[in-house]
Amino acid sequence: MIRNNASEMAAKLSAGEITSVELTQQHLDRIALVDGEVHAFLHVDTEGALAQAAAVDAKRAKGEKLSPLSGVPLALKDVMAQKGIPTTCGSKILEGWRPPYDSTVVANLKKNDIIILGKTNMDEFAMGSSTENSAYGPTHNPWDLTRIPGGSGGGSSAALAAFEAPLAIGTDTGGSIRQPAAVTGTVGVKPTYGGVSRFGLVAFSSSLDQAGPCARTVLDTALLHEAIAGHDPKDATSINAPVPQVVAAAKAGNVKGMKIGVVKELNGDGYQSGVRARFEESLELLAKAGAEIVEVSAPNFEYALAAYYLIAPSECSSNLARFDAMRYGLRVGDVDGASAESVMNLTREAGFGKEVKRRIILGTYALSSGYYDAYYGSAQKVRTLITQDFTNAFEKADVLVSPTCPTTAFKIGEKANDPLAMYLNDIATIPVNMAGIGGMSLPSGLADEDGLPVGFQIMSPVMKDERMYSVGSALEAALLTKWGAPLLDKAPAMGGAR
Amino acid sequence: MSSLSRDDVAKLAGLARIQMSEEELVNLSNEFTVILDAVARVQEVAGADVEPTSHPLPLRNVFRTDVVVPSLTPEEALSGAPAQEEQRFRVPQILGEE
Repeated sequence: MIRNNASEMAAKLSAGEITSVELTQQHLDRIALVDGEVHAFLHVDTEGALAQAAAVDAKRAKGEKLSPLSGVPLALKDVMAQKGIPTTCGSKILEGWRPPYDSTVVANLKKNDIIILGKTNMDEFAMGSSTENSAYGPTHNPWDLTRIPGGSGGGSSAALAAFEAPLAIGTDTGGSIRQPAAVTGTVGVKPTYGGVSRFGLVAFSSSLDQAGPCARTVLDTALLHEAIAGHDPKDATSINAPVPQVVAAAKAGNVKGMKIGVVKELNGDGYQSGVRARFEESLELLAKAGAEIVEVSAPNFEYALAAYYLIAPSECSSNLARFDAMRYGLRVGDVDGASAESVMNLTREAGFGKEVKRRIILGTYALSSGYYDAYYGSAQKVRTLITQDFTNAFEKADVLVSPTCPTTAFKIGEKANDPLAMYLNDIATIPVNMAGIGGMSLPSGLADEDGLPVGFQIMSPVMKDERMYSVGSALEAALLTKWGAPLLDKAPAMGGAR
Repeated sequence: MSSLSRDDVAKLAGLARIQMSEEELVNLSNEFTVILDAVARVQEVAGADVEPTSHPLPLRNVFRTDVVVPSLTPEEALSGAPAQEEQRFRVPQILGEE
């Protein structure tokens, strides 16, 4: 049962073929079997998940009206506050912290009776592309345990690929949902900025952060998207408009007459040959399905990475100032007579990892008087140019597409000491965050040279998220026909069992 | 070419309230020479005629109606406190000795 998709599980639950308690227990057993190797989870809430499942089963027995994903288990990225459950953001500074409230995403999951199995590993405060920056050790890619599962949401993507959960929540500031999906052969969506509430999402870069759904199929991702999306008065940047009809779009999967724009600048040099081959093949399949492929140009995208590594650190240096050892989290050096300032200095030294410190210092510099205009100010102007590039491109095409990442999963440790090489991973995903539009990654096959998954990225205009689901679903169907079985069937067996 | 000296990094670390070892200061100073060169590229296209964007949504102030809604109890609010006293956060000394 654990190899089913979430929608298949939901159908079997509603047909009475299995109970939510049984389904949840199967996933807990799977986690116990394989998570020693994968390390997708930082915390497994066995008791809470089973209690939630029993409550759903009771509701079902009484004939109460249930939502489409009721009783299906999910893995939650550890950046989301969940009442009473450890929430660390992969950082020592929050070790042992149990939030006294639920994030809106968690409240929506509970409202929809989706079972929360536990919290997944991530790069500390979502800063990274490999999950190696977690203070609690790296997560391993189920396709090859010596490789990274992407980041920052590598725990969520690995949990899906290892069949530890059929659904997961991620957050995406520069690609942290889409890049992990790409390198693990799973699906991940960054909704339009403001489409899903950020209340209770521990902030990294507030103008870029966006929570979103992850799963193994486009339809499952759409079902989860509709469960968590919608206006929230607790988030001032939440969009007060109807949620895009993504489930209907995923079910129809119709691309006839749609114009699909290939972004010239997000391909070519620096992209692995197998990544390019799978991308071209997907374009052919979409053309066969009735879409029109056009080329578009976004000349300012080449500056996106540089702008991102000024804007995100600047916002992070401000957001992470809240970890001051006063009201919650770690406190170090609180000896008799110690000043508050010395306690802050010592706590932040001990509590933050290398990459977080690097970005806080970079952001502090970019925002400092005398350098503000040259760095942060210029980056904000680049943001305007990138948004204009998207506006122009969307006049010629309904959606834009590119490979999600330049390469397949790299080895754990390979780029750990070269921050710039690590940052280059996000070159194709960052422009989406800068403009606040929607982005999806879905598997487009395996690269010939290394047999590892390749992601296909689809980008849609603000609040037109349904378009990426139409295209994603059509491509997924065409690829499934071509392969004869889901891509994850090719992943190695784990824990001695499928 | 942009660069940050060891002393520049020490000053920034002080502003950011992060204690750093000598080794960390030197390493970061070296790394920033490379990183700043890469990010300084934004200046190539950031002309005076380009408006800055601070946020993807064109938002003005957002208000909610002024009604009382349930909130955390004092016990809940203090539940993560490193130290507490008389239903308050206990913090280290903030002002210097007289």
